[in-house]
Amino acid sequence: MDLYRLGAWQLRELLKKREVSPLEVVKALLQRIKEKDGRINAFLTVDEEGALEQARRSEALIQDVEQYPLAGVPVGIKDVLVTWGLRTTAGSRMLENFVPPYDATAVKRLKEAGAIIIGKLNMDEFAMGSSNENSAFGPVHNPYDLQRVPGGSSGGSAAAVAAGLVPVALGSDTGGSIRQPAAFCGIVGLKPTYGRVSRFGLIAFASSLDQVGPMTRNVRDAALLYRVISGHDPADSTSAQLPPHDVLDVVENSQSLKGLKIAVPWKELEGADEIVKDRFERVVETLRSLGAEVGEVEMPSFRYAVAVYYIIAPSEASSNLARYDGVKYGLRIEGEDLVDTYFKTRGRGFGREVKRRIMLGTYALSAGYYDAYYLKAQRVRTLIKQDFENVFAEHDLVIMPTSPTPAFKIGEKIQDPLTMYLNDIFTIPANLAGVPAISLPCGFSPEGLPVGFQFMGPLFKEDVLFAAAAAYEKARGEYFNRVAEI
Amino acid sequence: MKELSREEVLKIARLARLELEDKEIETLRRELGAILGYVARLGEAGADNLDPTFQTLAKPTPMREDEPDEPLGADGVLANAPRKKDGFFVVPKVIE
Amino acid sequence: MKGDYEAVIGLEIHVQMSTRTKMFCSCPVEFGAPPNQNTCPVCTGMPGVLPVINARAVEYAVKAALALGAKVNLKSVMARKNYFYPDLPKGYQISQYELPLAEGGQVVIETENGEKVIRLVRLHIEEDAGKLIHDEKGESLVDLNRAGTPLMEIVTMPDLSSPQEASAFMREVRKIMRYLGISEGDMEKGHLRCDANVSVRRRGEAQLGTKTEVKNMNSFRFVEKALEYEIRRQVQILEEGGEVVQETRLFDPSTGTTRSMRSKEEAHDYRYFPDPDLIPLVLDKNWVDRIEENLPELPRAKKERYIKELNLPPYDAGVLTETKEIAEFFEKVVAEGVSPKKASNWVMVEVMRIIKEKELNIRHLALSPSSLAKLIRMVEEGKLTGNMAKDVLDVCASTGKDPEEVAQEKGYEVLSDEGELESVVRKIVDEHPDEVQKYLSGKDKIIGWFVGQVMRELKGKADPRKAGELVRRILNEKKGS
Repeated sequence: MDLYRLGAWQLRELLKKREVSPLEVVKALLQRIKEKDGRINAFLTVDEEGALEQARRSEALIQDVEQYPLAGVPVGIKDVLVTWGLRTTAGSRMLENFVPPYDATAVKRLKEAGAIIIGKLNMDEFAMGSSNENSAFGPVHNPYDLQRVPGGSSGGSAAAVAAGLVPVALGSDTGGSIRQPAAFCGIVGLKPTYGRVSRFGLIAFASSLDQVGPMTRNVRDAALLYRVISGHDPADSTSAQLPPHDVLDVVENSQSLKGLKIAVPWKELEGADEIVKDRFERVVETLRSLGAEVGEVEMPSFRYAVAVYYIIAPSEASSNLARYDGVKYGLRIEGEDLVDTYFKTRGRGFGREVKRRIMLGTYALSAGYYDAYYLKAQRVRTLIKQDFENVFAEHDLVIMPTSPTPAFKIGEKIQDPLTMYLNDIFTIPANLAGVPAISLPCGFSPEGLPVGFQFMGPLFKEDVLFAAAAAYEKARGEYFNRVAEI
Repeated sequence: MKELSREEVLKIARLARLELEDKEIETLRRELGAILGYVARLGEAGADNLDPTFQTLAKPTPMREDEPDEPLGADGVLANAPRKKDGFFVVPKVIE
Repeated sequence: MKGDYEAVIGLEIHVQMSTRTKMFCSCPVEFGAPPNQNTCPVCTGMPGVLPVINARAVEYAVKAALALGAKVNLKSVMARKNYFYPDLPKGYQISQYELPLAEGGQVVIETENGEKVIRLVRLHIEEDAGKLIHDEKGESLVDLNRAGTPLMEIVTMPDLSSPQEASAFMREVRKIMRYLGISEGDMEKGHLRCDANVSVRRRGEAQLGTKTEVKNMNSFRFVEKALEYEIRRQVQILEEGGEVVQETRLFDPSTGTTRSMRSKEEAHDYRYFPDPDLIPLVLDKNWVDRIEENLPELPRAKKERYIKELNLPPYDAGVLTETKEIAEFFEKVVAEGVSPKKASNWVMVEVMRIIKEKELNIRHLALSPSSLAKLIRMVEEGKLTGNMAKDVLDVCASTGKDPEEVAQEKGYEVLSDEGELESVVRKIVDEHPDEVQKYLSGKDKIIGWFVGQVMRELKGKADPRKAGELVRRILNEKKGS
């Protein structure tokens, strides 16, 4: 049996029946990582010893499914979530040797659920990028075509899950960083409602947009992880107090989509590739066949989403990244005096994309430009939020392709930041409005590249997302639970 | 939008404490100019009378009780310090 | 200052609130801990950390705002102030900018020309920075114990016109904060810090002069000295036909001068924006109202009440209301039935002498207000002489014993038998004919000498007033003979 092909839920079932042991699972995955990751570069840190140790300890927990729903299940963590005692780099030279003295809340909850943290996954530096080419530790390769990008910024997480290096992983999504790589790598990626999963210990990129979420090969695994990591956290002032739904139950019982009203903002999809449009139209057919009513809506504010995002996110980032000054931790390049040390440390410690965004954000917040850029962008954000509110007054969900294209070639867009940014056009609106969205695989291009689409729901309606996602998965099972052959 | 001037780029870099090589400055003049040019479309959105959405979460900020916890302490906090001495972080001379 | 110039001064005061924990994390606030001991990932700005507001800090700031007559904004916004400095771990300070916690308000100070109202612009909450220590090798050491300590910033209108008014304002603010119990207000520990915006102009001119910002004035005396120097400096520049440069200047206590901070020449651009990690601070109106209802009586109101209702002289009322503890002590003594003026005399003179000698806060004095009241009554009833009472008071103040008990232990009792007193007086008079002659020749003051002899003979047990009366009567008897 190829253990690496199994998802979290399936592994959990086998573990509980004692058909496999946690140690066997971990060893199988470590072996798979050793064999395959050289070509993908998904892992920045593999915690071999720690994983084996956790596996031994989880033996005792595997019967208690209620208390330890993930006992013995290996999980990969995007290297933007801090892990106690385990190097956390955020994909940056700046934090190359940073060993955090605490766990992110999401990580802590995984551990408390019995999960085994097998290692830390590659990403665009400080989660800034759509291709994973901005990692200080080399690009990640798409397991479906090693010449292509896996998407970003959670590219390592997506590639690792798609290639069977881990059954499930955590990513983070600021403007599509879970969903776009999930689409590029043919897996499931959920960006929960802003406030649903604690951001404590998530190295901040853009604080009003960042959310942590699961990346998995099937919908049930996403629900399993989501249930563990979500919920109120007093350490995060932006954490919602609402109790999360039992989405596993929802997934279990989802059958038809009868009566579900789904909206498509067709006008905003014109820029998508033909192949993406084609696969998306098939999604619409499938959803109709499941009983959903799919209708057209207008969401004209979406055409401003990229512009809004590329002001707000860099502005917040310019402030969030000020702490990397070479004083307390991380890289320091000593200069003649303090100020010189700041300039050298930050000038050389950050990569090109990060510097570009810090510059952009600093500009947008600086005296004389705040109103014209930052404040204006936040006003237009209101327009986007209103478009969602209006549509959700009449509809249950919105669907769109996740990305206008399938995975592009490594090096293809990296010289032109604006073109790269426009790749996020379908994912950004959900972050700006805070609404939950889940990307699901919906087939392949003729070259064999995965294509994805996303459901977006009203605030805190993850249960509706999961119900629709599970129904779609049942109808189109062939796109799920796939492991790329490499 | 046209390119940013070299002075503008340098002024922002100073605020952000980023050392830039000459080549980077030239690239940034062009790239930032292009991005800001694209962003100019926000002016057509007609949102000037709307309230800004700084956050999407509609709830008041939660507050903490004033109860002390065990701090992490100097050893833990200094563990990753590039330079330290006698329980302090050490930084190069600060010119005042 | 030359007679034809006047100074225009506005202050920004930072008050450290006496919470147990920091503004955004649960690290203890403690003065003098070993470096970086009271720190955690949050207050050292580690990657991934988030702030959570200390409810008590908000409560204290609301109390202060209400006490200063400011309007509390039920919705206020925390904002980031971005700048780089090694004592600022996140590279930004969480403060407030647009929509502060409170706006307006005023403080009344006493000046040589009477009372003066100083208007306030705003009051907001923010976190403190850490400390930088410069060592002999030219390196700097960073201690983040103070980083994240809750501060309140109070900004005045430019209503102050002299260094004395500035320090009077600071004192008044400190008094109010202490009354509210929200800050220890110890300037040496940095609980109270102040920056000033100073300009000068020719008297009668409407236009304001160019201002400078003076920093680092860490005691009341330094506030006065720094401002005096800075005003003199500016007047001199103008007198010589020069122009004042708008800049930040640092006060140097060792020379008593201010100097330009060159590194701050680069124009500041703090890039304030609402902190996305903290949702707007929304206060419940009922909660604010309850705080307002429960505000203690403030020093000025108390002083006025002492003058009007207790008929105390303004001087007494001022001294007694200087701290809340002294006022409370005094009020308890009065509540025991002692007349306000008597209570005032004893508290102002004897009690304050003792706490000064012992360097004690009145709260830690062993003497209770009811013991003092009892002691005062014993004197009124003639059971103790004034001198006895002072002795007894000293013992009570350090032991907490009952004054009656102490008087007994010391064997203090006033001779109540007038016959015995009279016989002693007669004996003394008879034994000193020379002194009697002096009295008879008009030296009236000699009576005091006789009283002294009587008191010595009786080991102080007599009521000196009564003894004096008797001495005079008996000496007068001699006149006739």
